[in-house]
Amino acid sequence: MKLVSRHIPKEFEDEQVSLLPEDPEDMWHAYNLIVPGDLVHAHAIRKVVNINPGTGVPAAERVHTNLAIRVKSTFFDPAVSSLRVSGVVAAENDHVAMGAHHTLDIEINRSFTVVKPDGWDSVAKATLAQALSDDKNGAMAAVVMQEGLANICLITQFRTVLKTRVESVVPKKRDTASDQDAGMRRFFDKTLSSLLRAVDFSESRPLLLASPGFVATDFKEYIAKQGRDKSDKVLTAVSRQATIIHANSGHVHSLNEVLKSPEVLAKMKDMNYAKEAQYMDNFFDLLKLDDGRAWYGSRAVEKAIADGAVGPGGGVLLINNSLFRSQDLATRKKYVALVDKVKLDGGEARILSSDHESGQRLKMLGDIAAILNYPMHDLDEDEEEQAAEATPDRRNYEDDIDMLDSVI
Amino acid sequence: MAPPTYDDDDFVDQYDDLEEEEDELSPEDKVAMQNGTAEVRKALGVEAGKVTVTQIQEALWHYYYDVDKSVAYLTKTFIAPAPKPAAKPAAKPAPKKAPEAGKKAPAAAAKAPKKSQKSEEASKEASLASSVSSLKVSDAPPPKSKGLDVLKEFEQSASKKNVSFVVVGHVDAGKSTLMGRLLLELKLVEERTVDKYRRQAEKAGKQSFALAWVMDQRSEERDRGVTIDIATNHFETESTKFTILDAPGHRDFVPNMIAGASQADFAILVIDANTGAYEKGLKGQTREHVLLLRSLGVQRLIVAVNKLDMVGWSQDRFKEISEEVSGFLTGLGFQEKFVTFIPISGLNGDNIVKRTEDAAGAWYKGPTLIEGLEASGPSTVRSFKKPFRMAISEIFRSQQGTTTLAGRIDSGTIQVGDALLVQPSGESAYIKSIMLDTEAKDWAVAGQNVSVALTNIDPIHIKIGDIICHTTDPIDIGDTFTMKAMAFEHLLPMPVDLHRGRLHAAGQIQSIAALLDKATGEVIKKKPKVVQPGGVARVLIKLEAKVPLEPGQRVVIRSGGETIAAGLLE
Repeated sequence: MKLVSRHIPKEFEDEQVSLLPEDPEDMWHAYNLIVPGDLVHAHAIRKVVNINPGTGVPAAERVHTNLAIRVKSTFFDPAVSSLRVSGVVAAENDHVAMGAHHTLDIEINRSFTVVKPDGWDSVAKATLAQALSDDKNGAMAAVVMQEGLANICLITQFRTVLKTRVESVVPKKRDTASDQDAGMRRFFDKTLSSLLRAVDFSESRPLLLASPGFVATDFKEYIAKQGRDKSDKVLTAVSRQATIIHANSGHVHSLNEVLKSPEVLAKMKDMNYAKEAQYMDNFFDLLKLDDGRAWYGSRAVEKAIADGAVGPGGGVLLINNSLFRSQDLATRKKYVALVDKVKLDGGEARILSSDHESGQRLKMLGDIAAILNYPMHDLDEDEEEQAAEATPDRRNYEDDIDMLDSVI
Repeated sequence: MAPPTYDDDDFVDQYDDLEEEEDELSPEDKVAMQNGTAEVRKALGVEAGKVTVTQIQEALWHYYYDVDKSVAYLTKTFIAPAPKPAAKPAAKPAPKKAPEAGKKAPAAAAKAPKKSQKSEEASKEASLASSVSSLKVSDAPPPKSKGLDVLKEFEQSASKKNVSFVVVGHVDAGKSTLMGRLLLELKLVEERTVDKYRRQAEKAGKQSFALAWVMDQRSEERDRGVTIDIATNHFETESTKFTILDAPGHRDFVPNMIAGASQADFAILVIDANTGAYEKGLKGQTREHVLLLRSLGVQRLIVAVNKLDMVGWSQDRFKEISEEVSGFLTGLGFQEKFVTFIPISGLNGDNIVKRTEDAAGAWYKGPTLIEGLEASGPSTVRSFKKPFRMAISEIFRSQQGTTTLAGRIDSGTIQVGDALLVQPSGESAYIKSIMLDTEAKDWAVAGQNVSVALTNIDPIHIKIGDIICHTTDPIDIGDTFTMKAMAFEHLLPMPVDLHRGRLHAAGQIQSIAALLDKATGEVIKKKPKVVQPGGVARVLIKLEAKVPLEPGQRVVIRSGGETIAAGLLE
């Protein structure tokens, strides 16, 4: 992302930032930057209906124009990295009336301007800085697979994109051995062609192959063999760069294990997601101890922060960036205030990308978690009272006892 | 006039052309028709007199020269018309099909090669007959149900009992070798075959794997010397028919072991008696497998202490292992009377079918493995009366080219001709034939490991792990489940894999509703943050895709390559 201009008009307090997105990754940054309530000024194409004054016949026309809209909602499609911003037109021009609705397509290589009427808070500023930082590490391709199932993902600095999922029935033992081998070959063939379609390998790009057992190893051999047979240099290079990593299943969430593996950490320990995964692991370890130092869920974490428990000496706030995309300004402000408070207290605030595996794990915990620097207990007491009797006890105890006996 | 360039002649000409094309058969069609007629006549044999050539040819035309389908159609409509639709249990599908069938027949007649007045009449008859009797017309007539009372048949058939067992244990404990030896001693595998394997194995430098190759058929398994997937095999003794399920021991393939264990009545736990190997196993998959067996409801266990020849048939070693494992098993809730210990050597075949000839092992007076197997009956109560459910563990094409599913019937009964539903795809099919071991059967009941051949379904709709059930009593599919879980590791909201038999679905623990008291089942704490190992909790599981699961089923939850919980769906 390039900064085109940044100026603070004298008569307004609003700071204006003009940005030029350069690649799909920038769209994701723009998605994090633009929140409901902002003013966005960008290029737009709008169908304008003109009524011929003579005949009264309407004629539709597509007009290129610049529009300023007050954002109501944003939509981001991760697979193709397209960002659509809808809202109400805030400045009238020849074609569009004030107050009309419009949806802007933010496009690569066309600049847009963001004005935040409520001012730029610390989180927004950090997001902007991150968007403008120029370390463009190449995205890494990963294939998480098991027999008959492969998930092809692209891992970038800030997010994980599931590109394709390949499923194929591999014959089991009832069939002859040759059928099984043919089935595996078919599966590999399907996976490889999907991989080449989903990920561009024309520039060198690290590839991770992860699976339980030997599937990944066999797949790597298969790519090498294909490269040899077709004398395809790209395939040969792909197979040479591929790293085999052990994973426990072929489902996407195994990516977490992959990103933690020593092979990956050695290569990309500076990448954001490696650090994020590390923080999540630390949190889970503490949570397992259950000594009152790890809490999740907004209510408990808010209380802990209000108490100043997330401070120097190990206090860490983990928060998903999805929370800052909230429609409601007050909620957004609340979370920004939490981050600011932790920073003020001397603790660490990590904003995790909800589009990575570690962010996904945090999402399951309610998007927010904290490691405290001293134990606190019963932070969840209120919650209990509120949730009380939500599920009536419909089973009788006899059943329960029987069931428990059979469990163990 | 709007289109002035056309006049009536043009239209007439066009229609004429079309008609000519329809009327005349191409030379290929003629040849095919002739051959087909001959074949159908041959297939019908004596009954051939009951149908006319025209009827045969019509049928052939309609079924695109498929001899089998034509024969079936002719038999049904002309030779042995079904009594009355209402008399048949499976006659419910779509009366709206009838007019369609009626339409089809005249259409076929219009296209039929030799157009004579006679054939027109015949076709009218045919259409009438088919609209009455083939109320369930689809592409091919579904196989006929005999309308048996399966339970009665089952009680009357004084056949041997069917028992299946799974062989589990740590990797390299000798599970596959032991089963290979067992089959060899029972003369189900010929000495010649094993010799061939031995030569091949020697060439590959893996001499000791020869017996395991009886079970490990896949080239990948042979190359690497580990079992990857469940191998199924059958043998029978005087009293019982056994199904062997040989499970992989490697930790990466535990999902496959779960698939095997969920089909088994009891289990053989193979333990490597060698110093070091035994201790390693106890920390590794010996422990996990036993845990899984218990969670999946297997109660009866034969512990085969293997490779005892390598420790000189030491009685002390056997005793030491027996005591330790026995303690561990009772700790997990296995009852002592259901656990048998047998010292064996799988590679040499001691105490498997014959007693050991090694003098050092003469101290052992207990049963041999085969005696132990015969003594173990099915431990689980079989539910015949419940709706039919079968989890698909394998899909393959039979030699006749029909889609065949293998698995163990969890509950209920089936018979040939039944209409089935495959869930979650929701596609329906008919049972063409049922194979029990290597025998064709008309029916099957819960607990049996069967292969079911289906018609009227594209195999693309069937996945391993799917459930088949009757169309009349289908299983529901869903993606959110409450389960009562026994935690083996820490449970918190996190990504998990849910296993039930071959079903392997990714999902997450969405929330932990309550921590429960182990003994009474009462709620101790609502909404705990985390469940400690050993605790029992009610958790909400959300899966990524909809799967067929029902309350009361046992499932296993795994995460990060470890079994973290097991329990019952509520």
